[in-house]
Amino acid sequence: MSATLWLFIAQIATLVVVLVVIHRPLGDYMAAVYTSPKDLKIERGFYRLIGVKAGSEQSWPAYLRSVLAFSAVGILLVYALQRVQQVLPYALGLPPTSEHLAFNTAISFVTNTNWQSYSPEVTLGYAVQVAGLTVQNFLSAAVGIAVAVALMRGFAYRSSGTIGNFWVDLTRGTLRILLPLSAVVAIVLITGGVIQNINGFQDVTTLAGQTQSMPGGPVASQEAIKLLGTNGGGFFNANSAHPFENPTPWTNMLEVLLMLAIPFSLPRTFGRIVGDTRQGNAIAATMATLFLVSGSLMTWAELTGAGTATRLAGAAMEGKEDRFGIIGSTIFATTSTATSTGAVNSMHDSFTSLGGGMAMVNMMLGEVAPGGVGSGIYGILVVAIIAVFLAGLMVGRTPEYLGKKLGAREIKLASLYILATPTIVLVGTALSFAIAPVRADVTTTSIFNPGVHGFSEVLYAFTSAANNNGSAFAGLTANTPWFDTALGVAMMLGRFLPIVFVLALAGSLAAQDKIPVTAGTLPTHRPQFVGLLIGTVVIVSALTYFPVLALGPLAEGLQ
Amino acid sequence: MKFRQTWTAIRALLILTVVLGIGYPLVITAVGQLALPAQANGSLVKVGGTVVGSTLIGQSFADKDGNALPQWFQSRPSAAGKGYDAGASSGSNLGPENKDLSAAIASRQAAIAALEGVAVDRIPADAVTASASGLDPQISPAYALLQVNRVATARHLEAPTVKKLVESMIQGRDLGYLGEPTVNVLQLNIALTRLDK
Repeated sequence: MSATLWLFIAQIATLVVVLVVIHRPLGDYMAAVYTSPKDLKIERGFYRLIGVKAGSEQSWPAYLRSVLAFSAVGILLVYALQRVQQVLPYALGLPPTSEHLAFNTAISFVTNTNWQSYSPEVTLGYAVQVAGLTVQNFLSAAVGIAVAVALMRGFAYRSSGTIGNFWVDLTRGTLRILLPLSAVVAIVLITGGVIQNINGFQDVTTLAGQTQSMPGGPVASQEAIKLLGTNGGGFFNANSAHPFENPTPWTNMLEVLLMLAIPFSLPRTFGRIVGDTRQGNAIAATMATLFLVSGSLMTWAELTGAGTATRLAGAAMEGKEDRFGIIGSTIFATTSTATSTGAVNSMHDSFTSLGGGMAMVNMMLGEVAPGGVGSGIYGILVVAIIAVFLAGLMVGRTPEYLGKKLGAREIKLASLYILATPTIVLVGTALSFAIAPVRADVTTTSIFNPGVHGFSEVLYAFTSAANNNGSAFAGLTANTPWFDTALGVAMMLGRFLPIVFVLALAGSLAAQDKIPVTAGTLPTHRPQFVGLLIGTVVIVSALTYFPVLALGPLAEGLQ
Repeated sequence: MKFRQTWTAIRALLILTVVLGIGYPLVITAVGQLALPAQANGSLVKVGGTVVGSTLIGQSFADKDGNALPQWFQSRPSAAGKGYDAGASSGSNLGPENKDLSAAIASRQAAIAALEGVAVDRIPADAVTASASGLDPQISPAYALLQVNRVATARHLEAPTVKKLVESMIQGRDLGYLGEPTVNVLQLNIALTRLDK
């Protein structure tokens, strides 16, 4: 046991050291990308083709309309590709997907959720995988970062009517950050054994004389951006547990680092853009503390191995791969659920009650520790506004953050932000059991495990969808009209409602002038503020979700 | 005004789809096929010139009814299709309090205890649990060593010879601290055939 503890510490230390080393250059680079006045030649050509003036900034409503228009046409294209996939090249002889599945999958990939109601290897051909899904892996990530940068500009700009140009942010994020990094990573992944070909299934005769149908596909190119963009949608059903997606312990560590790289560097970008890197460090310290505590708790739960079946087997190895072991699985699961990636290298449905519960808690924190690319930093900045407001209430001062007054409008927008996602989760879960015909379908068709664990499967699904995570208690049969539709709506609202509030907030902050720091200003870069921010994140989510957690994983764990 | 945004969005999406959805995967495929063809095509392994599988994808060493073939080292239980179906990767998704899972574990323990002639408490956890992918190519060194006597008997080999082979094929942790020590079942079984006289 103590040897295991040292392995856990060594692996966590690796993550910390690598992230501490890379967050500066990567964060600084991203800040430079989004603030540079210069366009690359290829970008200028692109702007001409799409009819955009790169130098002109947008007001927040115009920025929002661009985000929504771009996402809407993205959803339509992914939907259409699935519905006509039989005529596309490399369809592998697969038929078009059903209307409700195409609806769900289109929303899922455009909202950076990558929830998968389907089994990819028997559902989607390569044309849909690359032209639909790989593309949205990039673009949904670039949209997330763009919105985050717009909010950062809100803090940095003075008396400004604009918050940047969405098309420029989208283009630069894609071409200067995500595409070059993904290309390098994809090739590194191939060296580890991740496949990259355009072969279909190949039948081989195994050593014992059976036939095995070996899959192919352009996997590495999608795997790289799946992790780097905190997307999470697997090329194969088993996702990062599949040896062709994640062949070795070192690729596993690399995949964990890829998920964390951008979310943990964006606080540095934030610090650079607002002109005070200490502010970014405080945000990163908050994220890291929550992440480390959560990862330790899940690892403890899985190593302890409570539960009837787990005890009988002797260890929590059901749904885990031997090459990763328990620690390699819990570090991945914590990372994936805490970054809104939703990739899995082990089956969360088979985790111990409390271990699986921690995966849910990570999402219920609102995906801020460190959260998805872009969405993590804008999420925690909204919570920081609430934290400053709470501190202001205690001492009776008008709250201010980074020189911006937080008046009624800002606090209303921040409150709407933190209420939106939990409302979707709880209403969606409740409706699944409250509407009689739906309940009949949910309990007989969809739920896989009996008892309270079955309730946890439904709660997990809505938590994952509304927080745009995408992981699942995968026993749940989600490819039904109810879940495809309800989870599709949950993903859409869970993505775009917060974006509306964030951009409105960015607009109202940008319009203000900066007020000078005085002796009475609450410092927001010290450990005291980090503590306050952690407390706010935990209290807000605990008050919201404790009752429903008590009905699911806690009830099961106490059996 | 709104229509202009939509028209911009459509053009941007189409151009980016060509770059990211066609150009990027094709370039990566070309690099993979030219520079790293063995890995890019699935780490296939040949015996006597014929492909018998992939070192990364586990396979079944049981007969049609699922009974272990005693002359082969056995892989873990698999929930992929009917077992090690590489076209249907999947875990069991059975929860820790699910009676079906407890029953499956108990029956696997009984079967292995009988096959290997050992007490149930000596059977490692990975031998009685289904992996996440259903295609786990590896087993723990403990499970491999547990199978030595039975395999040696079935092949008329000396047990110490087989044990030495297993020990030589234990893969340690990456960099000494990542992952867990494992034995690749397909590679072990291929090496086993070379021990036959």
